Amino acid sequence: MSPLRVLPALLALSLASVFAAEPQPAVVFDMGGKFDKSFNEGVYNGVERFREETGIAYREFEVTNETQREQALRKMAQRGSDPIVGVGFAQGPAIETVGKMFPDTRFTIIDSVVDLPNVQSVVFKEHEGSFLVGMLAALASETGTVGFIGGMDIPLIRKFACGYEQGVKFVNPDAQVIQNMTGTTPAAWNDPGKGAELARSQFDRGVDVVYAAAGGTGIGVYQAAADADKLAIGVDSNQNHLQPGTMLTSMVKRVDVAAYNAFKSGADGSWQSGVQVLGLAEGGVGWALDEYNEALVPAEMRAQVEQAEADIIAGKVQVHDYMQDNNCPD
Amino acid sequence: MSRAAGVLPFWVDVLLIPLLNIGLAFLVSGLVIVTIGENPLEAVRLMVYGAFGYEEAIGYTLYYATNFIFTGLAVAVAFHAGLFNIGGEGQAYIGGLGLGLVCLATDQTLPFALIVPLMVLSSALFGLLWALVPGYLQAYRGSHVVITTIMFNFIASALMVYLMVNVLIEPGSMSPESRSFAESAWIPSLHGVLAMAGTHITPSPANVSLLWALVCCVFVWLFIWHSRWGYAVRTVGSNESAARYAGINTRRVVVFTMCVSGALAGFVALNEIGGVHHRLLLNFTAGYGFTGIAVSLMGRNHPLGIVLASLLFGALYQGGAELAFEVPTITRDLVVVIQGLVILFSGALAYMLRPLFERIWLQLSQPAAVTTDA
Amino acid sequence: MNRESASVAAPSVEMLGVCKRFGPVRANEDVNLTVTAGHVHGIVGENGAGKSTLMSILYGYYEADQGELRVDGQRRTIASPSDAIKAGVGMVHQHFMLVENLTVVENVMLGAEGGWHLQRGRRQVRDALARLEQDYGLEIDPDARIDELAVGLRQRVEILKALYRGARILILDEPTGVLTPQETAKLFDILGALKQQGVTTLLITHKLREIMTVTDRVSVMRGGRLVADRDTADTSQSELAELMVGRKVLLTLDKAPATPGEDALIVDALSQRDRHGVARVDRVSFCLRRGEILGVAGVSGNGQSELLEVLSGMRPVSSGRFSLPGIQVDADRQTDPARLRSLGLAHVPEDRHRCGMVGSFAAAETAILGHQAQPQFNGHLLSRGRAIRRHCAQLMSSFDVRPPNPLLRSAAFSGGNQQKLILAREMETRPRVLLVGQPTRGVDIGAIEFIHRKLVALRDAGAGILLVSVELEEILSLSDRIVVMFEGRIVGEVAASQADEQLLGLMMANAHTPDSATVRVA
Repeated sequence: MSPLRVLPALLALSLASVFAAEPQPAVVFDMGGKFDKSFNEGVYNGVERFREETGIAYREFEVTNETQREQALRKMAQRGSDPIVGVGFAQGPAIETVGKMFPDTRFTIIDSVVDLPNVQSVVFKEHEGSFLVGMLAALASETGTVGFIGGMDIPLIRKFACGYEQGVKFVNPDAQVIQNMTGTTPAAWNDPGKGAELARSQFDRGVDVVYAAAGGTGIGVYQAAADADKLAIGVDSNQNHLQPGTMLTSMVKRVDVAAYNAFKSGADGSWQSGVQVLGLAEGGVGWALDEYNEALVPAEMRAQVEQAEADIIAGKVQVHDYMQDNNCPD
Repeated sequence: MSRAAGVLPFWVDVLLIPLLNIGLAFLVSGLVIVTIGENPLEAVRLMVYGAFGYEEAIGYTLYYATNFIFTGLAVAVAFHAGLFNIGGEGQAYIGGLGLGLVCLATDQTLPFALIVPLMVLSSALFGLLWALVPGYLQAYRGSHVVITTIMFNFIASALMVYLMVNVLIEPGSMSPESRSFAESAWIPSLHGVLAMAGTHITPSPANVSLLWALVCCVFVWLFIWHSRWGYAVRTVGSNESAARYAGINTRRVVVFTMCVSGALAGFVALNEIGGVHHRLLLNFTAGYGFTGIAVSLMGRNHPLGIVLASLLFGALYQGGAELAFEVPTITRDLVVVIQGLVILFSGALAYMLRPLFERIWLQLSQPAAVTTDA
Repeated sequence: MNRESASVAAPSVEMLGVCKRFGPVRANEDVNLTVTAGHVHGIVGENGAGKSTLMSILYGYYEADQGELRVDGQRRTIASPSDAIKAGVGMVHQHFMLVENLTVVENVMLGAEGGWHLQRGRRQVRDALARLEQDYGLEIDPDARIDELAVGLRQRVEILKALYRGARILILDEPTGVLTPQETAKLFDILGALKQQGVTTLLITHKLREIMTVTDRVSVMRGGRLVADRDTADTSQSELAELMVGRKVLLTLDKAPATPGEDALIVDALSQRDRHGVARVDRVSFCLRRGEILGVAGVSGNGQSELLEVLSGMRPVSSGRFSLPGIQVDADRQTDPARLRSLGLAHVPEDRHRCGMVGSFAAAETAILGHQAQPQFNGHLLSRGRAIRRHCAQLMSSFDVRPPNPLLRSAAFSGGNQQKLILAREMETRPRVLLVGQPTRGVDIGAIEFIHRKLVALRDAGAGILLVSVELEEILSLSDRIVVMFEGRIVGEVAASQADEQLLGLMMANAHTPDSATVRVA
């Protein structure tokens, strides 16, 4: 649809970039780094798959501070990279600035919306996936008390928590959801010790299913759950295999697919600007069922969740998105 | 018994040895780079080019250096009073809060000429307040300032997360950031100022805060070495009993020094929030407060040394990013290793080469020695 | 411990043509020292004469730039203290190198544990201590903790440490500086016993009387050179003093009788308690008048330091009071040093390094310590560097501080010159009351003479001077009246004309304690 897709080659010439005879796609990872066992790593897996399949190399950069985002994106654009994928909502403002500077370069931002003709925004309906795992948690819980452990207390994580809570309440209106955030610095995304500690304290308060949306911190939560023989729910990628037997499920968010598609469509010319909202209907989010957790999800539980999934897709059940009004209904 | 401190000539002590230390650090870094299969000379070339090779690179180097001057001065001032202010990070963070609040409140109404002084004042004031509490606790309650400033870093980041997520977030925004300030509340960028003067350079984040940082250097120099307050600060720092003997109120000096230190750290916000991001956001301090400790250490707690050390660290940051950008196998973690080695050799091992040089110098100067009757 | 060398008559230490330089300073210049085995050999000299450097070379802290070292007739390279210990050289430092919260046994064992199994090492040390006690009369409780021991006993632990490591040559650096006359006497007994057993002792000191009492032979150092060797029996204190200083020295002080005027400082039942509630100063009362010097004698650590600090405003008053014209200070009305200074009280602190100066400061900055806020040194915002330097230069010239360079780091001056600068700072303000502690500690003989004359001149100009010193000689020669402090209390007062060392020594030890022995030092 976009007329822009033939332009990158011209652009590269106009910028006199010696490096980019053939436009190379590029990705700018955020502060967590590409091996964060979570969000950035999902993107990494997606772009690696692209490289393996197509043999096209890509440029990459991991930022270490706020200012480098814009710097890195701009440098990528100057070198003629195209398309350029920015990972994480924090890169939104930088994409906006650089996108304006390089109107002929295609940008894809994951997890945020930037309204420019040369930017593709990919966002996920994490609340929908979280809703389903919330239902599973409530169905599996014997105590009627379930837990949520977030990384940093930012709107995105509240979105997870809010969807989860709605799912829990959908099954059992009397259920209690105990929420904790790991910390207030980016270190909270990678603090398994603290995660385990928070999980244990939640178990002491009667929690028997805990959902961690906290990046690498989750590893500690899952371990603590396995040790205490409680159930845990993974996030972002399918983490069921981490603790077989105590991982109830994982809320999968297919950032790898988003990244892969961005590169792939960039290469074959099907890239489109605009907003892509990936929810249950689009397969962008979901819950994982595999050989590791089959035993934990009996058929009627599965049926109930699948019914709800169908209802959400059909619009019969509305899951509230925290980010719409920065508020979560009780 | 003390070895005469002035054995070596000034230039050996202040120039040659630090340069050799940095050289050693690069040598060891080179070995690391060789082991991962890259060309170390090429890496150094990329790093130097990335830091100083073109206008934008210089701009970024200066922009980082601006942060380091502020935090380095903050650490140095506290150090002269014998205080180890590890809280530059938190003070800068809260300084940013103060500046952000002022900008959000006034950018629609007040003119540039009024907002900028308010920005300077508010960032200093908030940074000061954040250092005042640990200073007070140290002076009057005996809680060690190292512990409390570290704690205050955490409190600062908790407070900022709370405020950004719940109060100051731009409605409808994905990320916890405030709205952007109006341009009347922007610290002018260097390229903008030069453009007005008719010189055009590549845009970069370097902004007028750099000049303010240099003004602060002069201020700190005058304050520490040429004012009675600085005299009191240094007395307390070098010999607290002597300070009590001299009738100096050591507690007041401790609190006062922490306030000056915190205000200087707060100025980081001028550069980051006022000069670059133009909106309040999380984690803009990115460890500059901690790097300030190394900068101050390397700069021997003297403004001039701090400026030089800041330039070095600015170059390491910017050149390091460039290196990671250009050579995919050199990750940002390896860049941190190189930065760490520089800190190790010029900070922790700063005196490693000294005895050797003293010996060489004595050998060389043997015939020229003067007999003094003690 | 079989150390018989080839030639029986070989001197135990020979240092031949030793040179050592620090930058441009020649600390030792062509020093030739021969120490006969089994002698107590004294080394005297002013501060900076090079005696510490020489001993540091012998003990391996420094390596000589030139020269040769022989121990028991054999040429040795001593590059570190462990080499020295191997060669049988041990050193007792002026400032003890002991771990205060360990016991005697543990301290002796430290660094010579003999393997990882401490219990065996402990047993060995215990046996050795018993043997040493027998041989030398070095009695000590092996299980006492160092911080429970008196200073004299701590020193004994240092000696035991050296002997345990097999030392046959013992270097004692200013060993009597911290001892009471009685403890000093005991130390000399021990030196005698060591000598009996064939141990060679090198005694560094600036106290000529001690040299005359215990040594067999004495070497004098001046300006880095060894200027004289004498058999102790063939020399005298005045000859040694002259050799040390390089000119004639007056060891006695001529001063006119005091003409005391009005009360300058009245102290009434003054007490100061530390954090643990222990009274460091215990109900002290006295009156200091203008135009007199009141000496406070006592063994170091009996409350004199605290007394000075209370009277100068550095410590709070716990009970009682003191007053000087314009102010009365008690537990409810505390004061601070700045206020007292403004009322004409000056204070030369006991420990100049701890509070009299700031080593890293330029001399000019040390010269305004305590006066830093005075208008003459300050403009509206910045301090007036030139005025400060000029002030310092004036002080330096009137008190003959060398080198007269206001920009030199305070720590770079010799002890005597530092002290002169501090005295100048405090005395040139023409104070009504001068508190002065240990005015000549670590100061050369030449400077001592100068300082004493300045103090008497200040007295004659009408100041009341409270003089705290552990040097009885100094107390006796300067004071008009003397009080003696013991455990925080004043245990007696005598007119200077009626006092002598014997009497003061007994008072200082609070004579009726069982510890009191006859003072042997004549």
